[in-house]
Amino acid sequence: MSNTAEFKKWYAENFKKFEANLNGESKLPIHQTRKVALEKFLELKFPTLKDEEWKYTNVTPILAHKFDDILVTAPAAAKVELEKYLFNRENFYTIVFINGVYDAANSDEVDAPGITLCNLKTAIVKYPEEVNNYIGKFAKIENSIFTALSTAYINDGVFLKVKSGKALDKPVQVLYVNSGGNNLLIQPRNLFVIGKNAIAKVVESYYAEGESVYFTNSVTETYVDEHGILEHVKIQEESEKAFHISTTEIDVERESKYSSYNINFGGTLVRNDLNARFNGEYGHVTLNGLYLGQGQQHIDNHTLIDHAMPNCESHEMYKGVLDDASRAVFNGKVYVKKDAQKTNAFQENKNVILSDDARVDTKPQLEIFADDVKCSHGATIGRLSGESLFYLRARGIGEELAKAMIINAFANDAVHTISIDEVRGRIEDRVAVKLSK
Amino acid sequence: MIEIKNLRAAIDGKEILKGINLTVKPGEVHAIMGPNGSGKSTLAQVLAGREEYEVLEGSVTFNGKDLLDMAPEDRAREGMFLAFQYPIEIPGVSNVNLLKNAVNEIKKYRGEEQLDAMDFLKMMKEKMKLVEMPQDLLNRSVNEGFSGGEKKRNEVFQMAVLDPKLAVLDETDSGLDIDALRIVANGVNSLRKPDNSFIVVTHYQRLLDYIVPDFVHVLYKGRIIKSGDKSLALFLEEKGYDWVKDHVEEFMAV
Repeated sequence: MSNTAEFKKWYAENFKKFEANLNGESKLPIHQTRKVALEKFLELKFPTLKDEEWKYTNVTPILAHKFDDILVTAPAAAKVELEKYLFNRENFYTIVFINGVYDAANSDEVDAPGITLCNLKTAIVKYPEEVNNYIGKFAKIENSIFTALSTAYINDGVFLKVKSGKALDKPVQVLYVNSGGNNLLIQPRNLFVIGKNAIAKVVESYYAEGESVYFTNSVTETYVDEHGILEHVKIQEESEKAFHISTTEIDVERESKYSSYNINFGGTLVRNDLNARFNGEYGHVTLNGLYLGQGQQHIDNHTLIDHAMPNCESHEMYKGVLDDASRAVFNGKVYVKKDAQKTNAFQENKNVILSDDARVDTKPQLEIFADDVKCSHGATIGRLSGESLFYLRARGIGEELAKAMIINAFANDAVHTISIDEVRGRIEDRVAVKLSK
Repeated sequence: MIEIKNLRAAIDGKEILKGINLTVKPGEVHAIMGPNGSGKSTLAQVLAGREEYEVLEGSVTFNGKDLLDMAPEDRAREGMFLAFQYPIEIPGVSNVNLLKNAVNEIKKYRGEEQLDAMDFLKMMKEKMKLVEMPQDLLNRSVNEGFSGGEKKRNEVFQMAVLDPKLAVLDETDSGLDIDALRIVANGVNSLRKPDNSFIVVTHYQRLLDYIVPDFVHVLYKGRIIKSGDKSLALFLEEKGYDWVKDHVEEFMAV
């Protein structure tokens, strides 16, 4: 308990320094949002294993650190070989953050008719109303102490707004890279607003150099208006000692389409929450995920799909490969409300365990209150099939390659519908390399 | 080609093969027949290197090398092929991917040059004709959603691509209708050469109408109790395995 008190005290005290370093931006209306969030942060309970939503994931190790917010203790300037982490720059709009600090020189801001892509700090000043209309509207501070912490310290991240009828001509890559900075609190705050009949593709990626201990607490709010389409890939490969907590809120309107690919390679303690809501009929949501656990990694994915409206469709496929003493948690909630007739909701979580010490806790949670629906769910935890392995070996394929073929095929099933070839290829290659270790 | 001497093997502590002796020379086709549970499939699996089986005694020499000492993949690379009785489904791994890797691994082992993509595809197309294999099966996941006949045809197709020295066909005829049986048998026959050999494991004589063996062996309770030419298969068909079970000594004396 004292740990929790100290944790709160630390961020409450730091808030004053944070405020001071906002350089006048504290006069903007968003600062009120921050202050309210800080109050909420101080009120909320820090989660423990006794909380149903955190039953299998112990986040108390975070309390043992006093992380420095990047506006309070500015990280030393760092040079990073960005090319390693970037996709082909010609084919993407790139927005780069190093140690949480926006790298304008390496970023492509877009200010075209109907399309705005820039860092959030810029948007807060240039388009305060646009930002205020959305920020904190979907990611509610009362839902999680981590969302409250993020909101109290809203500073930077990515702002993308695509207005009605516009299509972004290239995908966006948002790169967050830790250059080896220790003890940092990095709180990316992203806002993606896709207007009516607008189209965009965004790849969020999180990488690190070396083995620093730091805490990424990211909150991403996405809004897809009627007939809009958003494809959203998140690749998380933080340092093997980093904490990564991320919340993604997804609101889709009538006949819009949102697809998420939540890929997790790194981090020591990882928790992703994705919450999708259908606000209109005939919406379509895909939530796919892939996690590879090695060493002592703990990777927790919690998803929620709220079928609040009729005639919507959701597809969910989370796949995990767990080696060594790694652990994974999957909790997939699907709520089908009373009026949400003709709902189609399909959920699958499949895991392969490669070691006796690895462990998976999986919990599909369907709550269906409508009667005319098609819903299914399935969860499996298995070992690599000896029969499949023997079959390939009997064809002359060596044991290691045979294993890799089977596991890669298993894993890539969750990403094969990613429409950006380079992104899908990069993920598949990374899967192959990680699994060959 | 292969020389099996006094081979004894067990699974889960239960002895299934109780001393098999069999020699197959290049160019020969041997049929192994016998009732269910006699050890036919065990023999096929042991030859391919299935690790669940424990070899208790005996030796198998394959082209002068100790087969039992080799990993399953090395047996395949040395030219051994097992057509599975129950081909395995492997989701997400396409037939093409399997064969490309298999061909390249085998060539690497033999110190041969790898096939480029064009030559590989050309070869695949030729071999597909042999078993009247539809093109779309190539890009589909290995055996996933295949009918029983398609699975067996796929085994023979893989065999055609890998071009083994010794192919062991484990009940490749089971579950096939007459058309599928004809296609599979035609495929096998077109691969017969003076320098390769086949061991055809089957319960029924029917397949041997199409793939005519040089020798027929009857396996019973883990031993070969009688060997002969193709007329032995016809004799078995006429009398039935129940007769053999009841008249083992008489049968062995015939």
